[in-house]
Amino acid sequence: MTSLLTCKDFLTALNEYLDETEDAELRREVERHINECPNCWVVFDTTKKTLKVFKGVDLHPLPEEVHRRLMARIHERISRQRQVQP
Amino acid sequence: MTPPTVTAELNGDAALVAQARQGDPAAFEQLVQKYERRIFRLAKNITNSDEDAEDVLQETFLKAYSHLDGFQGNSKFYTWLVRIAVNEALMKLRKRRSDKTVPLDEGIDTGEETMVREIAVWEENPEQKYSQEEIRAILHEAIASLRPAFRTVFILRDIEELSTEETANLLELSIPAVKSRLLRARLQLRERLTRFFKRKGDDIFAYL
Repeated sequence: MTSLLTCKDFLTALNEYLDETEDAELRREVERHINECPNCWVVFDTTKKTLKVFKGVDLHPLPEEVHRRLMARIHERISRQRQVQP
Repeated sequence: MTPPTVTAELNGDAALVAQARQGDPAAFEQLVQKYERRIFRLAKNITNSDEDAEDVLQETFLKAYSHLDGFQGNSKFYTWLVRIAVNEALMKLRKRRSDKTVPLDEGIDTGEETMVREIAVWEENPEQKYSQEEIRAILHEAIASLRPAFRTVFILRDIEELSTEETANLLELSIPAVKSRLLRARLQLRERLTRFFKRKGDDIFAYL
């Protein structure tokens, strides 16, 4: 029988677990630990939610005027280049 | 050489790059429109400034245009753009500091940031308690509070969804360094967000 992960081992394995590692043994050990350790379950659950919240929001939508100024600069560069090399 | 039309069917970006190289301005503009949102978001997240983010956005695409010939077809066009954008954004950060050597390899590992302090259960869908604007402000502030070395890794891995290898490569870090910074970034964000997202009137001991 394998011994239970310590809380420190759990933290070390947390990333791999959240990133859906294919290491089945590691997954089992993490799951066993969080089922038995309420604090680590909270850390796991809230870290998972942290990632979910970030993925669900576009933090910095591109402002329309920033888009327009970018296109203007690109047009300017392209047309300058075309004058140089017709 | 493969005719452009055939290539276009096989690989959108590679075909557009090829057309842009041959002087087709519309092809390059299509590439800009495809990726400008992601590059702006990346730049804003790293630099934390509207002005710098706009500079980085413009510089990235202008550099990409000037160096289209140097683009190696074996990497993805988007990854190539991200590399330019990250370098530009980090330059902005360095310029803001008097010491120009710092951001990415700063700091001695004290292990301090890996500590877990807040143990509180969160709401099931914590973001639903807030408006879209409020959520943006909360998340933005949380990311901005991370040190650049952690922030950049988190942005590339968890927001832009690059692989660990791509991130390591881009930032010239080892794979273990990317992994440990990502873990610390995730745990620090979790700590910061707990204040906003924890279930009201609860503490963990109610569950024990």
